[in-house]
Amino acid sequence: MSTTTVSPLRLTWLHLRYQFLETVRIPIAVLGSMLFPALSMAFFVVPQEQVARNPVWATMAVAGLGLFAVMSASLFTYGLGVAEDRQLPFDPYLRSLPAGPGPRMAARIGNGSIFALLGLMPLIIIAWLLTDATVTAPRLAAGVATILVASVPFVLLGMAVGYSLPAKAALPVVQVLLFPLAFAGGLFLPPTMFPAWLDAASLATPTRAARDVLVDVLTGVGAPGSAWPVLLGWTALFAALAVWAYRRDEGRRFR
Amino acid sequence: MTSDLAVHVDRVTRRFGDVVALDDVSLAVRPGELVGLLGPNGAGKSTLLSLVSGLRRPDAGTVRLLGGDPRDARSRTRLGITPQETGLPATLRVHEVVDFVAGHFPDPVRTGDLLEQFGLTEQARRQTGALSGGQKRRLAVALALVGRPRVLLLDEPTTGLDVGARQALWDAIRAYHADGGTVLLTSHYLEEVQALAQRVVVIDRGVVRADDALDTVLRRVSLRRVVLTAPDDLSAWTGVVRAERPVSHLDQARQTLLTPDADALVRDLVLAGIDFRDLEIRGASLDEAFSEMVAAR
Repeated sequence: MSTTTVSPLRLTWLHLRYQFLETVRIPIAVLGSMLFPALSMAFFVVPQEQVARNPVWATMAVAGLGLFAVMSASLFTYGLGVAEDRQLPFDPYLRSLPAGPGPRMAARIGNGSIFALLGLMPLIIIAWLLTDATVTAPRLAAGVATILVASVPFVLLGMAVGYSLPAKAALPVVQVLLFPLAFAGGLFLPPTMFPAWLDAASLATPTRAARDVLVDVLTGVGAPGSAWPVLLGWTALFAALAVWAYRRDEGRRFR
Repeated sequence: MTSDLAVHVDRVTRRFGDVVALDDVSLAVRPGELVGLLGPNGAGKSTLLSLVSGLRRPDAGTVRLLGGDPRDARSRTRLGITPQETGLPATLRVHEVVDFVAGHFPDPVRTGDLLEQFGLTEQARRQTGALSGGQKRRLAVALALVGRPRVLLLDEPTTGLDVGARQALWDAIRAYHADGGTVLLTSHYLEEVQALAQRVVVIDRGVVRADDALDTVLRRVSLRRVVLTAPDDLSAWTGVVRAERPVSHLDQARQTLLTPDADALVRDLVLAGIDFRDLEIRGASLDEAFSEMVAAR
């Protein structure tokens, strides 16, 4: 009698392909995530001459917006998307197939990265054409890789929310998490403009750590030594939360 | 011995808040059996299936699937279940859904063969959202069989299908069973259970009310339904266990009487000189039979 399952790697690839297919069959969802960061850049950064014409500041603004775009896509896709998926009748069926939580979660992370990359492209093109943001090709490649790594904790946080709450509750929770985290992490205003107490608190947030790492990779201005440990610490915590929420979840709750 | 069972539910209790969905339920299914799980809506049938497929954990008791814990993915490589037809991912094509599910199993049936067996070859490239109700139902049962399961769980497999489509699905289920497969199916239709099951388990309000051979259980639920038009209210007549009248129907004198012995009731009505017309007699539906069976306790 055979009790072997298909290898987790093959299962991850399988889920990745079909999640991708399902998403791209509704093109407007893809377009939305591609346009949002680019439009924010065009409306909020390009018109501000002293930012747009300063190579370092402009590059930092691109980093902040890019990170915000990836983070908000991650939190919404996973927080709200997972919560909505759990309410579909196909979800309990998928959970009954012989695959643990790993491949599905890994495939979701992979898909998040793919669509984040698609979303970054127009942002980078606008920054390149309309501002003085500069970056060398190797730094840009490293930056893109970094932003994908930096998105992992937010994907995991989104999944923890999505597997814990019904869709109607997940939406406000995601919004409450997203904006304070983005602001405190210096994604909208550079942390150099923060008062000392806020700057100190900011250093402990995952958003600030991700931003500092990314800005360092893009411009070489250096990141505080705490950045990587803080980022990895939050990643481990959110991963544990996501796995716990998935295990605890049994589909829709009945009362 | 217990490890030889295909499905073994042992003294399982499961609550949802204050509601006890299953109360100390035990069920043992041997390999190769075809068991019908009957009961009115909300009886606990679906909860029982969700425990066997590893979706939920019991509050008390143990559930074993082919000797393993169904919460462990490895135990589920030889399990086949049907998705609800309304839940198929609407934007994926038929062959894509089959390929996707097949990819979870070590030795799946070839997609082309499976679609041919279920008469879906022509629909292979259509999105599942464009299928008819009968086609979706066939696809759902096909998905349950793609991994060559040893245990098949079917939740209301033919609800809402026409006679021809139902017959075709029954044939597929019979063929699977004839090859040695184990089937646990729930249904509302007495006809479906009669056509397929050898053994019947009746569940109501979370408790097993009967677990016996098909014929034995059928005798216990064989209420008859006598429909007639009469000016007098006959609901209190001897032998009538329950009566219904149309709520907003034009013909208020039309009444339905449920009784274990329709012949005796009609004979009594005739002898008593009751004025009635348009007499119809047929078997009661399972839901009606169950609510009587349970209320009688």
